[in-house]
Amino acid sequence: MMFIRSFVFFAGVLATLALGWVGIVGVPDIMIGTLQPAPELKRYTQEQLFGRDIYIREGCLYCHSQQVRAEGYGADQGRFWGRPSVPADYVYDAPHLLGTMRTGPDLFNIAVRQPSEAWHLLHLYNPRLVADGSLMPPFPWLFVEKETPGPGEQPLALPDSVAPKGKVVVPSEEARALVAYLLGLDHTYPVSQVPTLHDTTRTQK
Amino acid sequence: MSRTLVESKRPEAGADQRVADELLRIAIDASSASPTVLFLASGIFWLLVGSLMGAAASLKFNLPDWLGGYGPLTFGRLRPIHLNTVTYGWISLAGSGMIVWLTGRLCRVEIRWPGLLYASAILWNIGLFLGSLLVLAGYNAGMEWLEFPLPAAAVIAVAFLLFAASIYRTFAARQVEHVYVSLWYILASMTWFPVLYVIANSGLYQGVGEAAMNWWYGHNAIAVWFTPIGLAGAYYFIPKVIGRPIYSYYLGLLGFWSFALFYNWNGLHHLVGGPLPTWAISVSIVASLMMFVPVLAVAVNHHMTALGHLSIVKYSPTLRFVVFGAMSYTAVSFQGSLEATRSVQEVAHFTHYTVGHAHMGMYAFVTMVLFGAIYYILPRIAKWEWPYPTLIKVHFWLSAVGIVVYFLALTVGGWLQGLAMNTPSVPFIDTVELTKPYLWARTVGGILMTVGHVLFAYHFSLVVYRAGPIRFAPAWFRKAEEVAVE
Repeated sequence: MMFIRSFVFFAGVLATLALGWVGIVGVPDIMIGTLQPAPELKRYTQEQLFGRDIYIREGCLYCHSQQVRAEGYGADQGRFWGRPSVPADYVYDAPHLLGTMRTGPDLFNIAVRQPSEAWHLLHLYNPRLVADGSLMPPFPWLFVEKETPGPGEQPLALPDSVAPKGKVVVPSEEARALVAYLLGLDHTYPVSQVPTLHDTTRTQK
Repeated sequence: MSRTLVESKRPEAGADQRVADELLRIAIDASSASPTVLFLASGIFWLLVGSLMGAAASLKFNLPDWLGGYGPLTFGRLRPIHLNTVTYGWISLAGSGMIVWLTGRLCRVEIRWPGLLYASAILWNIGLFLGSLLVLAGYNAGMEWLEFPLPAAAVIAVAFLLFAASIYRTFAARQVEHVYVSLWYILASMTWFPVLYVIANSGLYQGVGEAAMNWWYGHNAIAVWFTPIGLAGAYYFIPKVIGRPIYSYYLGLLGFWSFALFYNWNGLHHLVGGPLPTWAISVSIVASLMMFVPVLAVAVNHHMTALGHLSIVKYSPTLRFVVFGAMSYTAVSFQGSLEATRSVQEVAHFTHYTVGHAHMGMYAFVTMVLFGAIYYILPRIAKWEWPYPTLIKVHFWLSAVGIVVYFLALTVGGWLQGLAMNTPSVPFIDTVELTKPYLWARTVGGILMTVGHVLFAYHFSLVVYRAGPIRFAPAWFRKAEEVAVE
């Protein structure tokens, strides 16, 4: 009797966990696994993958999402953050970077909204140089202070108030890779909508 | 009244039996004492680390350029260390300490395989140090709640399995017919969490499937490990301190199995509006609403047990902390069920509101129950009373006021942030600007809690080292005579 009770208990405990796993992870994953990405979705370059690692390393995902909600749900469409994202947009992403916070804006199509490399570099060096009131941390360790820029290096156009005396600031390989990753975030290509795979919580016209 | 504050010792048994009971209890506590103190002390160490990390990360919202020149101290590295050290450090280790002691008491048998417990505590601490240093050095594994890279996660998984083995072995040697509710939650979590943690760290998925796994894991870690710690504590200490049996065994049973059935399906409410199959998210929302069943079962059970005896919170530090935690569990669960719905998520998702909710669960509920548990357990195993009841009172109010300030600030600020974000005519930077005063208030709340933790850690060390004035009666908030006359 004691043994049967224990068996039922542990079998029940394992079954409840397994059911949830299959139900909300396994089945959706199998459904999504057969999706083909749009031909316009490019694989990340080596530099972009390196930049993506910097994005993870510095914890960008704690303040920026990479998912766009549908018309009628939130104001993602009203803010022109791009068409609603679909599962096939993410097939090359591991780890995923969907994010859960928008302390800063969504970045899924940041390359379209802000295509300037110079802007991104200044913004990373100190966000408040280009975005007054921003809460984003500065990332000066992604840059190098030098007497003179090396061949092919473009120093940041810093205002005198923040520029180091007698030196120039040039982006490191890491800063350039991170910007290359951000400038690759463009998911505005058309997709054939698959309504059952796409969260349209209100009626979609 | 005074009698109910003394541990009831089976008054129906004869004098010889009561002496035998007492000797057995002493032997059981002696067997769990050292591992319990080791786990509790480790937990409190990580509570201090995690609190400092949290306070620093919060201050960085207020002063974004503060300590801004050095990579390892950037917000995006401190934040995951805060989360991982308070959950896998403080709550897991202090919770494990509580579990060791409870398992001995509830199985009425000395702890088996204590060597595994020491090994577990040591490995666990190594895993936490390793994981924190790796994240600090820039090796964040990239998913929320799963930031520790594989080597650190593997060490923690092994530590957990060693711990579970000792608990299972002790349970198998139990000398009781009846398995109490707290033990159900403990044994279930010993099975659930290692399986969950190993699956989540094994890299089975990518893309959106990985996001589903991430939030199945994230919410389930709360469901199958952190919440069972809090519930096991509340189920034990409320009846224990009051001196009455739990109101209803069957409500406990209903609460446990409905908890197991529904909680495991909650995770995808973290991705409402996201690029996942709508039906899967809907299933999670329904399961979140179904959580009203286990939560009500637990709430009614605890409330009916305490009914008419709640005034004991004026005297008993343990009961005051645990009742605060149990009431917070009901509140945060109701909030969570409603928060999962699409209409609330439309505003609350992506805002500080969610962060407020998370702290309500992990702090106002689980952490407060753990504080209460430690105030009860430590004097019994250290053979030394808490020297300064006033210090306990100060700790309670710093923690209680701190978390209320924290929660209200982020709930109001987060909701306004969400409303502004959903109004396209409001420039995005204005959604940032409007949260600033609330983020300052959050820092104040966080610092209050942190100060409370420092005092608590100091007080804990006094008991462990048997310092301070000698007491021959429990460290109540009021003197025993006052209790007796009221």
